[in-house]
Amino acid sequence: QIQEDLNKQLFDNLLSFLRRSHSEFQEKTKEWTCQMKSREIPTAALVLGVNVTDHDLTFRSLSEVLQNNITPYIALLEAKDCPGVKNLIQKLMGQLMNCDIDVDSLEDEDYVRVSQNRIRCSMTSLINWYESVTKKTDSETPSKKRTSSSRHCQSPPIVVIFKDMESFATKVLQDFIVISSQHIRELPLVLIFGIATSPMIIHSLLPHSVSSLLCIELFQSLSCKEHLSTIIDKLLLTAQFPFKLGDKVLQVLINIFLYHDFSVRNFIKGYQLCMVEHFYSQPLSVLCCQLVDATKRVDSLSHEQCENIRRLPSFRRYVESQESEKQIALLTEDSFLKETTLKLLEDLHVYHENYVSVLRCLHVFTSSLPKYPLGKQIRELHCVCLEDRVWETEEYESSLQLARMLNKSDLVTMLQQCVEIFVSSSGKGFDKTIEKLNEFLTQFQKLEAEAFQEQDVSVSSQKELQKKTDLYQLQKSLLDLKESRRSKKLTKFETLRCEIIDYIDSLVRNYLVPVDHKTLHEIVYFNTASVLREHLNAAPRTALHTALNNPYCYLKNKALKSDGGSISNKAPDICIVYKLHLECGRLINLVDWLEAFSTVVMAAEGQNADAASSDQVDDVIQARFIRAVSELELLGFIKPSKQKTDHVARLTWGGC
Amino acid sequence: GMKVRKEKTQLTVSLRRFVKKLENISDDEAQDILEEKSYVDALGICAQDAMGNSSSVSGGEVYSFQTPKRSSKMSELASELAQTPVQSVTSDRSECPEKTAKTPQSSSKKYMFLLLIHIFSVLLQSKKKEFVSTTPYRLRKRLAAPDSYLESESEYSASCSEEEDEEDQREVSTGLSGQKTPAKTKAASTPPPRNTLAKENKEDKMSNLVEEYFEAHSSSKVLTSDRTLQKLRKRRLNQQTLHDLLKKAPLAYAAEIKELNQHHESLFSKWMLQLHLGFNIVLYGLGSKRDLLEKFRTSLLQDSVHLVVNGYFPSITVRSILNSITEEVLDHIGTFRSPLDQLEFIIKRFKEDPSLELYVLIHNLDSQMLRGERSQQILAQLSSLSSVYLIASVDHINAPLMWDHAKLSLYNWLWYETTTFSPYVEETSYENSLLVQQSGSLALSSLKHVLCSLTLNARGIFRLLARYQLENKDNPSYPGLSFHDFYQQCREAFLVNNDLTLRAQLTEFRDHKLIRTKRGADGAEYLIIPVDDSTLTDFLEKEDEDV
Repeated sequence: QIQEDLNKQLFDNLLSFLRRSHSEFQEKTKEWTCQMKSREIPTAALVLGVNVTDHDLTFRSLSEVLQNNITPYIALLEAKDCPGVKNLIQKLMGQLMNCDIDVDSLEDEDYVRVSQNRIRCSMTSLINWYESVTKKTDSETPSKKRTSSSRHCQSPPIVVIFKDMESFATKVLQDFIVISSQHIRELPLVLIFGIATSPMIIHSLLPHSVSSLLCIELFQSLSCKEHLSTIIDKLLLTAQFPFKLGDKVLQVLINIFLYHDFSVRNFIKGYQLCMVEHFYSQPLSVLCCQLVDATKRVDSLSHEQCENIRRLPSFRRYVESQESEKQIALLTEDSFLKETTLKLLEDLHVYHENYVSVLRCLHVFTSSLPKYPLGKQIRELHCVCLEDRVWETEEYESSLQLARMLNKSDLVTMLQQCVEIFVSSSGKGFDKTIEKLNEFLTQFQKLEAEAFQEQDVSVSSQKELQKKTDLYQLQKSLLDLKESRRSKKLTKFETLRCEIIDYIDSLVRNYLVPVDHKTLHEIVYFNTASVLREHLNAAPRTALHTALNNPYCYLKNKALKSDGGSISNKAPDICIVYKLHLECGRLINLVDWLEAFSTVVMAAEGQNADAASSDQVDDVIQARFIRAVSELELLGFIKPSKQKTDHVARLTWGGC
Repeated sequence: GMKVRKEKTQLTVSLRRFVKKLENISDDEAQDILEEKSYVDALGICAQDAMGNSSSVSGGEVYSFQTPKRSSKMSELASELAQTPVQSVTSDRSECPEKTAKTPQSSSKKYMFLLLIHIFSVLLQSKKKEFVSTTPYRLRKRLAAPDSYLESESEYSASCSEEEDEEDQREVSTGLSGQKTPAKTKAASTPPPRNTLAKENKEDKMSNLVEEYFEAHSSSKVLTSDRTLQKLRKRRLNQQTLHDLLKKAPLAYAAEIKELNQHHESLFSKWMLQLHLGFNIVLYGLGSKRDLLEKFRTSLLQDSVHLVVNGYFPSITVRSILNSITEEVLDHIGTFRSPLDQLEFIIKRFKEDPSLELYVLIHNLDSQMLRGERSQQILAQLSSLSSVYLIASVDHINAPLMWDHAKLSLYNWLWYETTTFSPYVEETSYENSLLVQQSGSLALSSLKHVLCSLTLNARGIFRLLARYQLENKDNPSYPGLSFHDFYQQCREAFLVNNDLTLRAQLTEFRDHKLIRTKRGADGAEYLIIPVDDSTLTDFLEKEDEDV
């Protein structure tokens, strides 16, 4: 039940985000429809990026918004439905007329369905329909018209969305554009192209004569990376959701995203899978819930579940660190255990709240450093912190060093940002921190005042310097200046800066403790990355390879155990046949193959080798061979060949 | 394998170096490269994780280039495999004690060599008549010139005709003596230090791996022996006898396979949960997953509506799947114009009625009939319905290539590795093209059955066509017998009296898939019997006996 909650929230997040990012588009489309020119079809080219799978959501929300604000007439077209112009127009009319029903809902369905089938699908009929519809609303419901005209324009445009422009046949697109440009006066069309690659594709798909009919405006949607960071921001870096991802899992998910598909949808799928796995495999995941519910659930823990808690490694560590009396109590009394568990869970929750704020704060500092030793994105920082004590890493050292060289204005803005973060955070222990940071800020202001005075002095000295025109003097004075600078102690600003950095460092050491050091982290953290990789990013071919080359991995029989790369002759038939076929080139002679196979099998069964190569191969062995070969064909390693009689062709190349 | 792996490591090393150089160039790039590095690391970690106790397999191993193979390699390996654990080493040693003393470092090689001799002699005995044509050439050569054994490895990679000639000559000269006293030649030969030679070889091969790939693929000629199954004088097995024979053969490692299956069965309840949460499940791994899915069905799906699709069945189509959903699950009577319409109808029905649930089990989603783009699209859309739960199995090594991003997201797969090692009994029984030895017999029996039910004249017509085709079997561009010529011949043989009767007869043949018609370049109709020549010969022989 928790999962469903979370999922819903998650999709809401995504949707609202997408909506926000697209609100600008709609406004513009509105503008254009008014300034329609003769013969030019207003067109929006939407560059969406390669994460094709996410586009569905985008388009859905886009059409929703359009429907609400601009026009009821929207058609979503996909390339796979439209192999020809005819199908395209059919589809288009079907969608338009259906949505007409949705809006008016006064005509009985039968009539429309019949007419849809009967109407010769052509542009003229479309125009007729359009005219009738607009007239109908004009004449029939004058009262309604007013409301509708306030919502829509006088003649609402028909918006046609091409979801995946690249996969449309160019001929179809061209024809459609040319045809509709002929009718643009009667039929206010607006096209929207969804583009995955680059806007150049329009020009490569459409010749100049066609593209000149379009009045294209380009819109860039946010990159999928930004989508991801919003998702991560809203999902992982809050204390709101009790369920958390461990470092390896997060790494795997991010890697799949960055290196395989750029699909936010798949990222969410992975997240869902993590949740399912966690709640399925971890018996204590009942406790992974909001703190409010936790009290009740802890109370209702059975003895068995208490034992489970005692078995957790992190809890054991905790017990060992306690005094002996308490140890005994923890290990024997369930009620005491429950109490402690609740307390620990609360601790954990507080830890999360603090963790997020401090992490953001640290990110403010590290994200502006040159070369980004701790990563540009907050997710990278998050991963590092999850993995180990962040302050022990080299990157942290270097970033602190770099931070000690920040200039004042940057430092001030950063401090201000940090204050904001802490103020807005839900953690309670931050009052002091805020105070301290504010103190730093006031010190800066003081410094500034002082510096202003100092500046006068330095300016005057500078003036002195300028007066002296003698070269020798100049050199000397410069050397003096250098000397003094080297020997001079740290300025006030520098000491303050060091103080600030040290303070941040202490914050980090206090709050960014990696989670494995926390007691009971197993309850809320999911950390078996292998499961995730197995199920999301499986390698079927590798599995086959292993099974064929090293059957011992699966069949734990001593006879199959082998050293090195070779397999024993007692392996299953298919392994032997496979191994033999590896030795061949592109074509395999079946007779040779059969003979080789029977040699191996006979030897394995301890028969006389003389019989093996004799003319009469045993029927059973032949049958086994046939089976193994046909299995290899099913698996796609070989196929029958007509190049030579009784030969098969190999389909793989190399060691597989 | 080994060599390629070595090169891999070298490559990665150089890559690292390259990476280090690049790091200074620009922040962004350095960042990217760093990420990449971490990704490579993560991959490594995860591969180990995923495999668990099993050994991790690197991509290089799976997708490596192939080094040119020699034709006798297979028999060589076979003998190696056959020999290693079984035969005792001592018996061999007793034969040649003085040799082992002389060349101790190559005992294993020699061992194999002796074996080859052994096999060769056996071969000689069995195939004395066809000695020249049947014995693998390389085997002969190896036997004849054992001292070139190691050098040969480098010789083969560069296939040049002069070398071939030279080898042939050498073979001729040493052939006789080699056969007589193989042990002696072996003893006399002192193989050059192997290590250095092997190293050279390796370097050679690494440098022109790519060239070798194209070299091996450019030449249309492939060296294999000319032996055919017919010369083995084996009777061809038909489906039934094959089945019986296989029943006799005990299943190897039954206990272990059972254990594997039990492990997979423990996941059933998890599958159910995940199916209900909107995921679909795909099973992969070696071995038939049919029984596993059947078990899943019988144990968990007894009380719910489910549809089993045998994807391996040769006449399965998406349409039939959709039909069975509309007709049997949704109780809809009526036809649809296209599968897309049908799909739309199904989607609508499922959306209207949330209580409707359907489990779809597909054995072999990657079979010939279902792997097409359109059918996959339809199935993917079907599976994306929240109340349709799909669990499928795939076997083909390239099965994942069927799906692009869009389909993958529709399918919403969770992958499960279920290696069962059980034989693909059902799955392979339908693929008659693949049971190489059977295809003929199946077609032959069907030919006979059909012709038995025909009139004498019809049989005569068919025989005429068959004979004509056999006469032209050596002509690779034989288009078939044109209808006009055929009609003339039939008339002359008094089989038909007008072309209408012939046409009627041909239609009957065509309905039974006995003949196929093609339009030639000149627009005329050409007739062909789509059966291979040997089967046709057998058929004619049988027919002649009967007549």
